[in-house]
Amino acid sequence: MALVRAAGAVTAAAPVDQRYLFEARQMQALSLAVHIPLVCFGIAFPALVLFAEWRYLRTGDRLYRTLARRWSKIMLALFAVGVVTGTILSFELGLLWPVWMADFGNVFGLGFTLEGFSFFVEAIFIGIYVYGWDRLKPWLHFASGLPIALAGITGSMFVIAVNAWMNQPTGFRLAGGRAVDAHPWSALFGNPFFWSEYVHMYFAGYIVAGFLMAGAYAWAFLRGRRGRYERTALGISLSAAAVAAPLQVVVGDWAARDVAQAQPVKLAALEGLAVTTKGASEHLLGWYNGHAVVYGIEIPRLLSLLAFHNPNATVKGLNIVPLADQPPENVVRFAFQAMVGIGTLLALLGLVYLYLRLRQRRLPTARWFCWAVVLAGPLSVVALIAGWITTEVGRQPWIVYEVMRVDAAVTGARFIPFGYGALWIVYLGLAVAMAWLLRRFSQVPLEGDDAG
Amino acid sequence: MLADVPMVFILTGITAYTVLSGADFGAGLWTLLPGGGRADAASTRDHTRHAIGPVWEANHVWLIFVLTVAWTCYPVAFGSIVSTLAIPLLIAAIGIIFRGTAYALRSQFAHGEERGVRLVEGLFALSSVLTPFALATVIGAIATGRVPVGNARGDLITSWLNPVSVLAGVLAVAFSGYLAAVYLAADARRWAERSLVHDFRIRALVSGVVAGALALAGLLVIRASAPSLWHGLTSGAGLALVIVSAAAGVLTMVLVFTGRFGLARASAALAVAAVIAGWAAAQAPYVLPGLTVAEAAAGRSTLIATIVGVAAGAVVLVPSLAVLYWLVLRGRLDTAEAPAAAEGQAAGPGQAGAGGSRDRLAGAFAVATLAAGTGLLVFADPAWAHGLGAVALIACAVTVFALASRPAGE
Repeated sequence: MALVRAAGAVTAAAPVDQRYLFEARQMQALSLAVHIPLVCFGIAFPALVLFAEWRYLRTGDRLYRTLARRWSKIMLALFAVGVVTGTILSFELGLLWPVWMADFGNVFGLGFTLEGFSFFVEAIFIGIYVYGWDRLKPWLHFASGLPIALAGITGSMFVIAVNAWMNQPTGFRLAGGRAVDAHPWSALFGNPFFWSEYVHMYFAGYIVAGFLMAGAYAWAFLRGRRGRYERTALGISLSAAAVAAPLQVVVGDWAARDVAQAQPVKLAALEGLAVTTKGASEHLLGWYNGHAVVYGIEIPRLLSLLAFHNPNATVKGLNIVPLADQPPENVVRFAFQAMVGIGTLLALLGLVYLYLRLRQRRLPTARWFCWAVVLAGPLSVVALIAGWITTEVGRQPWIVYEVMRVDAAVTGARFIPFGYGALWIVYLGLAVAMAWLLRRFSQVPLEGDDAG
Repeated sequence: MLADVPMVFILTGITAYTVLSGADFGAGLWTLLPGGGRADAASTRDHTRHAIGPVWEANHVWLIFVLTVAWTCYPVAFGSIVSTLAIPLLIAAIGIIFRGTAYALRSQFAHGEERGVRLVEGLFALSSVLTPFALATVIGAIATGRVPVGNARGDLITSWLNPVSVLAGVLAVAFSGYLAAVYLAADARRWAERSLVHDFRIRALVSGVVAGALALAGLLVIRASAPSLWHGLTSGAGLALVIVSAAAGVLTMVLVFTGRFGLARASAALAVAAVIAGWAAAQAPYVLPGLTVAEAAAGRSTLIATIVGVAAGAVVLVPSLAVLYWLVLRGRLDTAEAPAAAEGQAAGPGQAGAGGSRDRLAGAFAVATLAAGTGLLVFADPAWAHGLGAVALIACAVTVFALASRPAGE
């Protein structure tokens, strides 16, 4: 009884009159957009660093040691920034959406608690690994890096589990707008829609981190620095991205069919499908004018085929819910098409690289190829952010799909314009600092690094 | 009873964060005040930076731990606290960004780049003061009952800008400086830096006196402006813990005075733990006004899940932390010059590839896993088939990566 009273005190006033809801959402989006690329490095970078060190241990070739050691310093700097931007996110989830926390924290919170432990393991062993060069025995040093790679995988897994739950909420009963009878384990990990989202992000981690790193070395190639160090570094990073990019097409198809099944409104928004249609067609490009996609390239029945493996399948349209429950269609659709378009180009680039590398047994170094790799780095980040816009904006107006609206979750505190402005200034400063830092890393001469 | 267990986790986390990260913040404070000792300012700054290098990120994670347990197990209280205290929390968050960035940047400056170094160190020091101050005002606000239950129901300003909160903030800064000085003196001794040992011992004694005086002043302010907290702290368990804390504080001073820095670390930690436990005892059973711990707690299965999760996490965490601190305290991760242990065993560029047949086998494996993964993910429906498909694709990726990333000619 007391519990219900206390809970009522938080939810009774909801939705509060928050004039700056849009700014609150932008503030959250800004913080996520800054943090997510760093997550990609958290997923992929430790494995690549360890791969280089393993090569050194197997072959005794000191070039690999230099490579692993230099990369590990960049890894530490990116991790430091990832720690703080991730901390901002955990503050913001409460600062901006306290009612969401109050009403549903008992269901999804466990995911973040577990992620906290992954974070711990990462932070502990990254300190040992990076400060342990020359201090620990070689294989022991290598072993001290394994927990970092493992924690990078589990940490992102726990967070994605929460996001998958927001998209497909289960494992609780609703009483007075609030979750009761919560079963966090099954809500987070028994959710069948979790796995496609997670694997999709996991591959994205290798694509983004791999292409960004490869881009830096391709740039060095274009500037005439084509030593064995640059060739080896380019080979490892580009191989990771080139392998992941084509496979991501298959994973993405899996994720889209999960969306089709669980979140028909989101699928309709992705495709600009106004009304429920049998044998729905797919549109490339174009613009949704409120009723249909205009000026696009129409491919008959393809949407039904892709979503349900049947050219005559019925695909639900936006009209199955009232207008107030529909996401902003063009934002979602444009983001989705950007992700798919860029993803396709990256997959092609990956296949070209793999063909040249495996069939012709050489590292492609033509100028056009180097330029393509240089461009692939930033483009992969754009695709990553576009993908997250697709799934997050595509869920609007819900924070918990069909259970809680975003405007019911927002804080009543009147600090948002101030906070949003401050965060922009801080993140712009952070971006400048990171750019300077990475440039600095690239200028350290090779010999000095190995001696230090 | 079950409802109290996560609160014990939270209080433990706050204690660990104060004792460990507090010292890292204090190290930042000393980079702001590096002069006046026997050692020169530059080597004092270098010393503080090297001392916190391997540990500060792990120490910082305690804050995340506290937040996540709080929002999982006491969601209503958490929502009320963060909405009313949005401003100090935002300030703390910005301070945390500055700190992490400044730390990442600092190590990349070469000698002689004075302007850049000044700027980054100023930022680091400023954020090291701002963050503990802001976080401690949050504690002050909760302890004095200024956070009502509800979405931003409390005053956005006076909830944390009031005598008790401000005093708590200043005390936190002084106390972190004190902890840092004790730890840094111990580290300086390990590195046999006698002038730094001398300096940090003096700094520890001075900041210890300041922190003690602020703590006493704080009690007077609490007596004047927060009668219920005062009552809690001066009776029963609250009183006992305050006495323990004061005794541990005095003991720490004696240990520092006589140069036993290792023991001083432990007794300083005890003083912090006792203050935090005393605060908890003083306001038990209430988390927020009118909301007891039992009322604030999430449902039974959430609590059990969290306890199981934390217990399982502890199995991983405790040995990991033990390894980290063992290596750090034994000086195994020091950046000072040490004999390189990993030389030798350079066998020259390794053996060439074992030949075509293994490659063909790997290639066939890659094609098979690709076909299986694609087939299972695209054309099968059950969840287990999708899981198997994802595993097959990852196996394919690893194989192709192994083939593609080998050393290549031009």
